[in-house]
Amino acid sequence: MTQAALLKTPLHRRHLELNAKMGPFGGYDMPIQYEGIIAEHLATRRASAVFDTCHMGEFLFSGSTVVDDLERLVSCPVASMKVGQCRYGFICNEAGGVLDDQIVYRLGDNEFFMVVNAATQPADYEWLTSHMSDTTSRENLTDATGKIDLQGPAAPKIMQRLMDELVGDMKFYRCKHNRYRGRKILTSRTGYTGELGFEVYCDPDLAVRFFDECLENGAKPAGLGARDTLRLEMGLPLYGHELNAERNPAESGFTRSISNDKEFIGSHRVLDSAAARDALVGLELSSRRAARAGDKVLVPDGAPVGEITSGSYSPCLEKAVALAYVRKDSAALGAMLHIDTGRQHLEAAVVELPFYKEATGRKRMEDYLD
Amino acid sequence: MTPNDRKYSTTHEWVKVDGELAVVGISDHAQEALGDITFLELPKAGTSVEKGTECGVIESVKAASDIYSPIGGEIAEANDALENAPEQVNQSPYDTGWLFKVKGIDHAEIDALMSADDYETFLKEQE
Repeated sequence: MTQAALLKTPLHRRHLELNAKMGPFGGYDMPIQYEGIIAEHLATRRASAVFDTCHMGEFLFSGSTVVDDLERLVSCPVASMKVGQCRYGFICNEAGGVLDDQIVYRLGDNEFFMVVNAATQPADYEWLTSHMSDTTSRENLTDATGKIDLQGPAAPKIMQRLMDELVGDMKFYRCKHNRYRGRKILTSRTGYTGELGFEVYCDPDLAVRFFDECLENGAKPAGLGARDTLRLEMGLPLYGHELNAERNPAESGFTRSISNDKEFIGSHRVLDSAAARDALVGLELSSRRAARAGDKVLVPDGAPVGEITSGSYSPCLEKAVALAYVRKDSAALGAMLHIDTGRQHLEAAVVELPFYKEATGRKRMEDYLD
Repeated sequence: MTPNDRKYSTTHEWVKVDGELAVVGISDHAQEALGDITFLELPKAGTSVEKGTECGVIESVKAASDIYSPIGGEIAEANDALENAPEQVNQSPYDTGWLFKVKGIDHAEIDALMSADDYETFLKEQE
C-alpha cells in the first residue's frame, strides 16, 4: 500500500505537530513513537500516556434478537453480561480459527457496542452482519467514531478532572456514558497496557479535544511502538501475531474468554481439547537480545517445537521477552528452550504470564483518585 | 549538527582518526532512525574487519540491524560500556556512544569517505 492510500485519523495533524515518527498500521498512517518507545512505555507504567486509537473499528448492534445472534458470533458469554459490562472474546470461523478478537459492551438489555481491530474491521462487519438475524439492527460506527486510550496510574485523576460526571465508580471492564465538554462520551475501564485506564469513544472532533486536554493535564503522547511493548509485557495477544484464522484460540490460554456451555461458530473445534496441539507461552530470554516473530523455537537438543509470535526488549524487566506457540509437552513452566534467530541460538525459559507483575489495571480506582 | 572532524559512510557510520587508531560509531541520523537502542553485539578485539562488511548487530526496540565496518583493519577495542548502557548510542552517538576502534588503518581508504557536508547532502538526497 502506498503512503497516499493510507487513511488518516482525526489526530493526524496533531501527530505531525508533535513530530511523531509515522508508519502504516491497519491501513492507517499512525504514530509509532513521539519521544521514544521506552520513555513512552515507562510513562504509561509510572504516570499516564494517551494513545490515538481512532483507527479501530466500532459497531452497534441492537434489537430483540441481538443477544442470541452475538452469543453465536463471539466466544465469550453474552446473555449473562450485566448492562455496563464489557467482555473480551474471539470471533471465530467455522473451522475454529480466529477472524478477530473483540470487546463487546452491553449498553442496554438489547443494545451492544463492539470494538474490533482496524485491519480486520471491514471483513468483521461483513461476517457478523451476514450471520445475524434480519431483525437485529446493525450500524458500522467506525468512520463516525473517535477513540482515545488514556492509560496509567495517573489516568483516573486526569479522567475525573475532564469528565462532567463521576469516574471513580467504574470497576475493571465496566463501561458508562459520561459527559465531556457538555457532550456525550462512552467510556470504559479497559485498555491494552495492563494499567489503570480508560478507552473513550466520541465524535471525532471531541476526540481531538480530549487528546489535547490529556496532554495539558500531564499525559505523555504514546505511539503504537509503546502500545506493543506494553501489551507484550502483559502477555496480551495481538491479532496477526498470536491470533489468526488458522490458530485455535484455545491454544492462546485465554480460556476465560471462551464459553464452554454454549454453541458459537467454530465452538465444536475450539472446545475440542484434542484439537489443541500447542500452547502459547511466555519466554524470558537470558539477555537484552530479542527474539522476533517468525524465529524458530527448539528444545536444547535441536528439535523444533514452535515459533515466536512476538518478541522485544522489555523496558520494565530490562531483558528480552517473547511470546511463542510451542508443543504442549515443551510448554511447562521452567522449561529451557532455544530460539534460532537465524544469526545464533538464544536461551530462554518458559515463565508465567504476565511478564510484568506490578500493573495497576485491576487495582481499586479510589486509591488513585484525590 | 554533523561534526566535521570525521568522515562518514553511505551505511551511516562515522570514522574519526585518533593517532594510529580510527574510532567508529553511527551517525545521529542512524540512531534517530533506529530508535531506542537496547542491545549491541560488537566485534571482539583482534578480529579483522573489511570495508563494507558486517561486523556486529545493533538492536532497537523494533528491530535488529547489521553494523558494517566502514573501513578495513583489525579491531583494537570495542566499547564494552555499551553492554549495560546501549542508550549511550542514542544520547551521544558522536562521543561516548562510539562502537569500536580499528588499528592497521589505511588513511587513503578513510580519506575516500564522505565529509560532513557531503554526508548531509547524501542524507537530503535519501529523503
